[in-house]
Amino acid sequence: MSGFEPVLLRNVGVEGVRTLKVSESRGGWAAARKALTTMTPDEIVEEVRRSGLRGRGGAGFPTGVKWSFLPKDRKHTVLCVNFDESEPGTFNNRYLAEHDPHLVLEGILIAAYATRADLAYIYLRAEYHELFHILQRALDEAYAAGWFGADILGTGYRLECHIHRGAGAYVCGEETGLIESLEGKRGWPRIKPPYPAVRGAFGRPTVVNNVETLACLPAIIERGAEWFASIGTPGSTGPKLYTVSGPVNRPGCFEAPLGLTVRELIEGDDFAGGMAGGRKVKAVIPGGLSVGILTADELDCRLDFTDVLNYGLLGLGTAGAIVIGDDADMRKVLANTARFYAHESCGQCTHCREGTGWMARIAERIAAGAGRIADLDLIVELCGRMGMMSGMSICGLPDGAAYPIRLIVEKFRGELEEAIGRQPPGYTERYIRDRIPSVYALPVLQAGAAPARERAVPA
Amino acid sequence: MAWKAIDRITPADDDGDAPVLSEAVREKIRSFFPRYPEKRAALLPALHIVQDAVGYVSHRAMRDIAELLDIPPAQVLDTVTFYSHFWTRPRGRKVVVACRSLSCHLTGAEAVIEAVKRHLGIGEHETTPDGAFSFVTEECLGACEQGPCLLINERLHGRVRPEDVPRLLNDPDNDRLDVPRSDLYDGIRGPTGEMEGRA
Ligand SMILES: Cc1cc2nc3c(=O)[nH]c(=O)nc-3n(C[C@H](O)[C@H](O)[C@H](O)COP(=O)(O)O)c2cc1C
Ligand code: SF4
Repeated sequence: MSGFEPVLLRNVGVEGVRTLKVSESRGGWAAARKALTTMTPDEIVEEVRRSGLRGRGGAGFPTGVKWSFLPKDRKHTVLCVNFDESEPGTFNNRYLAEHDPHLVLEGILIAAYATRADLAYIYLRAEYHELFHILQRALDEAYAAGWFGADILGTGYRLECHIHRGAGAYVCGEETGLIESLEGKRGWPRIKPPYPAVRGAFGRPTVVNNVETLACLPAIIERGAEWFASIGTPGSTGPKLYTVSGPVNRPGCFEAPLGLTVRELIEGDDFAGGMAGGRKVKAVIPGGLSVGILTADELDCRLDFTDVLNYGLLGLGTAGAIVIGDDADMRKVLANTARFYAHESCGQCTHCREGTGWMARIAERIAAGAGRIADLDLIVELCGRMGMMSGMSICGLPDGAAYPIRLIVEKFRGELEEAIGRQPPGYTERYIRDRIPSVYALPVLQAGAAPARERAVPA
Repeated sequence: MAWKAIDRITPADDDGDAPVLSEAVREKIRSFFPRYPEKRAALLPALHIVQDAVGYVSHRAMRDIAELLDIPPAQVLDTVTFYSHFWTRPRGRKVVVACRSLSCHLTGAEAVIEAVKRHLGIGEHETTPDGAFSFVTEECLGACEQGPCLLINERLHGRVRPEDVPRLLNDPDNDRLDVPRSDLYDGIRGPTGEMEGRA
């Protein structure tokens, strides 16, 4: 990318940069020093607010504004660093911390100081074993050098920072699910309000931020809010880590200003370098699975917080692009997507628990070659109930399920209908009869195609 | 997902009355208490430590943990069963986890999963009769650029092709990490390198 110097990935490939010494020699920890010794917490909050930094964890909430919700008279504050990173197609947090763990730790210290937190927990997903060792050793080194613990830099500020390992649950990435899990419970998201800023972990005011969000802070402190705000597009400021996976030539993690087009990300020589094996793009899931899907005609979509909305997507998400080639069967893509949410729904809320389960079963049947045209309408109808019905579900998971599932069916309906049309006559009925009819009773009933004796209404 | 559950209810065979956790394991768990304002928050670390030292979290181990953390065993069980990472019954010495989410699916995970099953002669959530391997599939492992991937204990293998699977599974070092370790969560190893988790 011409004229853009990487900010977050500037240390990638630097020998030994996982050690404090090399990190410091590359300018690491200088921003933390500046923040703690020359700025007040409120000045940092204001600087971050003016930079326009919006959360990179998916929701895109302005970070400085989130911090300002903390009650003024608080005694203890907890900072939770969201390193659960379980959204399919997303690995930017891992890539960043693997290459530059000290940048992440420096961001944590700045955020903790700005929010006057005395406890910081890095909630790290369990599957990142190697990264745990990298991060823990960097943390040990930073502790030994006085960047954590009591009286940091002689300022009297004290911060304890610990890595808390998760145990394999997508929903623990949701901020209140994370807090419950941190407290040793099952990761059931909480009803809000109270918001974590008021009552979060251990009943204390709590801030939850994504790893990449925090990694932006050293640059903001060092180079200023105006500089940060000059990168990107209006309302979407700063650099962003994009990840690309699927059958492309160079899958990986890339940095560019917010507002990169999907086409550039997939085809650009500095990015994924085009499709592998002579394939063509059929579709792209551009922001982690939950945001929805783009067709091959929609690759001019810019990846920032606003343009994605013009394409019917949920949001920018994590900017983790999953590229789908023209050799893929959209029925299987649909089934894989639906299964993910059915597996990860925590089961507290009726629409989410039942809706994701039904859709997974319907999609599985379609993928097995036993679909019906009416199933497609049924899926769209279920998505309408499950997602946007505000207040009927506790967390954002069903929205994240409804967007990709509905958009796959809507945008690729032609292909799905064609595949269903090719099925041998009578196969669907046999398939349903053979596999525990009662499991399919409700979806079948609603689609109006079940033989009368199968119309069992569940108790 | 209620309709495809792992059996976590049937107690493991050794679920007797005597405590199963060694003093070293208890001490390691206690060392996590100062990290949290409430003792209960040390539950996830405790489960990681016990699973690492003993191999799985039996109902007896849950009672030991409950006693250490001053919480009812039911709360320990409640937490254990929510997370896919914890095993309540013995597992293979190596746990092979295949990613089944979309990025890996698009790059050939189905064929890799079939190859693992064929090579080990077991299905999902099963353990080989000699106790060497267990096999499970999981949702996204966060290594999408390396798809299709397999996690063998702690070590991630990327861009696995079905024809690589036999060689990969026969490699005795396929679960060793290249990076220097932190022993924070690790089980306690005795002088011989054997795990010393049990009382
Ligand atoms: C089901 C679900 C899963 C989520 N998973 C993650 C995650 O893995 N990592 C993350 O940073 N945010 C995740 N989020 C978003 C968090 O709730 C929260 O918005 C975010 O951590 C805030 O940090 P930010 O403001 O820095 O983006 C998830 C949200 C939902 C609803
Ligand atoms: S919406 Fe779904 S995942 Fe979220 S709390 Fe409710 S049941 Fe759990």
